[in-house]
Amino acid sequence: MSRLSSTDTVEAGADADAAKSGAVEAEALLARLSDALGDGLVESHTDQGAVWVRVERDAWADLARFLSDEEGFGFFSFLSAIDWMPSPFGRDMDSFVDNALDPPEPKEPAPTETGVAGGDTRFQLLARVNDVTSGRSIIAKADLPADDLRAPSWVPVYPGADWHEREAWEMFGIDFDGHPGLRHIYLPGEFEGHPLRKDYPLLARRVKPWPGLVDVELMPETDDGGDATEGAAP
Amino acid sequence: MTVTERQQLSYIAAQAADARVNLEIETEGMTLNIGPQHPATHGTLRIVAKLDGEQVVAAEPVMGYMHRGYEKLAEVRTYPQVTTLINRIDWLGSFANEVPFILAAERLMEVEAPPRAQWIRTVLFELSRIANITLFLGDMAVQVGAITPVFFAFRDREHVLNQIEAATGGRFHPNFDRIGGLKDDLPAGWVAETRQAMRKIRAFCDEIEELVEGNEIFQARTRGIGVIPPDVGLSYGLTGANIRASGVDWDVRRDSPCGLVHDQVDWKVWTHPDGDSFARFWVRLQETREATKIVDQLLDGIPSGPIMAKVPVIIKVPAGEAYVETENPLGVMGYYVVSKGDLNPFRVKIRSASFSNVSITPWLLRGVYVPDIITILGSLYFILGDIDR
Repeated sequence: MSRLSSTDTVEAGADADAAKSGAVEAEALLARLSDALGDGLVESHTDQGAVWVRVERDAWADLARFLSDEEGFGFFSFLSAIDWMPSPFGRDMDSFVDNALDPPEPKEPAPTETGVAGGDTRFQLLARVNDVTSGRSIIAKADLPADDLRAPSWVPVYPGADWHEREAWEMFGIDFDGHPGLRHIYLPGEFEGHPLRKDYPLLARRVKPWPGLVDVELMPETDDGGDATEGAAP
Repeated sequence: MTVTERQQLSYIAAQAADARVNLEIETEGMTLNIGPQHPATHGTLRIVAKLDGEQVVAAEPVMGYMHRGYEKLAEVRTYPQVTTLINRIDWLGSFANEVPFILAAERLMEVEAPPRAQWIRTVLFELSRIANITLFLGDMAVQVGAITPVFFAFRDREHVLNQIEAATGGRFHPNFDRIGGLKDDLPAGWVAETRQAMRKIRAFCDEIEELVEGNEIFQARTRGIGVIPPDVGLSYGLTGANIRASGVDWDVRRDSPCGLVHDQVDWKVWTHPDGDSFARFWVRLQETREATKIVDQLLDGIPSGPIMAKVPVIIKVPAGEAYVETENPLGVMGYYVVSKGDLNPFRVKIRSASFSNVSITPWLLRGVYVPDIITILGSLYFILGDIDR
């Protein structure tokens, strides 16, 4: 990120120093993590002071225990998951036509791409913990095989993970071993399906066309309904 | 960050409570259903409490009456459209909801708002904090049976809402923050009027201090009630005034600022060692006063210049992942944004403050007496939209 003013060079220099020491600290933390987890630590990534680690599913609980007991990451920020499968509906959701009556042609699914710190599977756990005294934070990920969506629970280490794991269970269908009681948190008990999975259609959009389709108002010359987003590269 | 002796004692007392019941006094247990509609819940939270006499043995919040699925909806909306949704998360301090999401998008796009936009953003951010917490200060008195302060709160919150409306056009849902800056510049005369509003808010804080803080009944009902030890609070993910009231000196505005200009002004993070309901009230009262000082200083130094950086008309955010959090009125709020270089985000995880703040209630309500349920819930201060999202 570029600084706008060039006058405060001293401050910019101090920032650079701080960033450098932050990077050194992050490297040291990653080295300790890899000592503690061994092969459990798959990949890591640092960017602008943020640290990502991806661990094996079996090391998920060990990671929490290590961060909490050895490293002082006492603050539990959140736990959730990511479904990396590209949405099979794509932007058909933003359609003027009634999808329920006039279903669009099925398309070749786009290739699955995963993000920071990589990934091999469709579902990935995502969690973040902080150390509030030193201001460090770490974002943890773990791959979950699609045919066996389960992971060890973090509740014994971070009691705050209780509700977050219930949410991930109901929204993605991930089981947490050792959780005191996985039950619905937001949705009614008889609800079927896992809404945050990419293949779960947004039903409101399927039954009623979305009136607010256009991203920007159409220009006068494109009032034939042409896609205003074409050719207007950012 | 040490657990004081007093906190330890009250923790042990709470733990002992469930073991003790039914032994000393043979009473029949009952289940009490509180809510979903109750003034202490700021929305529709239901609490199923198992009681033994007057004492709570187990309490379980039931949520989802207001679940709107913003994480799913955000996936089919463009980045500028998402702010309209997330305005409705914490509806008392709406502008503050927009800020972390916009900052996350800006970080992915490697855009920085011009200084003037950053300063005005921070002013509006603090104004939403004042508008939000003002209501808490009045409401907390209602939880112990005093009606008058809440009318004062509604009266004086109006001054702040008027200023937010004058600048943004929306009293509750400004939808004013844009990727790369703000929608508009400030209207003429706004700065002077806001200064006047801040004076009124400070007078209101004094009023609340006289009416509520020193009140004997209020003190008796809140001191030593609902004590949260700091390590327990942290492991449950408590943030904001709730954790600062347990003596944890942590404020995202000071410790990891990003995109807002709190580091340009002189202010103080308030903490309280006790961790009880009174401490949470006291910290919020001090924070409101501190926020008026932050606004006053910011108004002195708003730089001139453009209000928007150069961003494309159609916003496509480059592929990447970013997590940005800010110190919102209710606690730390963050957005984990995953982009695949599209018009809409691929995944948005909303880390809302109240969800984590309320997750401590099953632990905290164990062993307390029925009337204290209401003061404890009131002092944790949550907004249902912030829990259910």
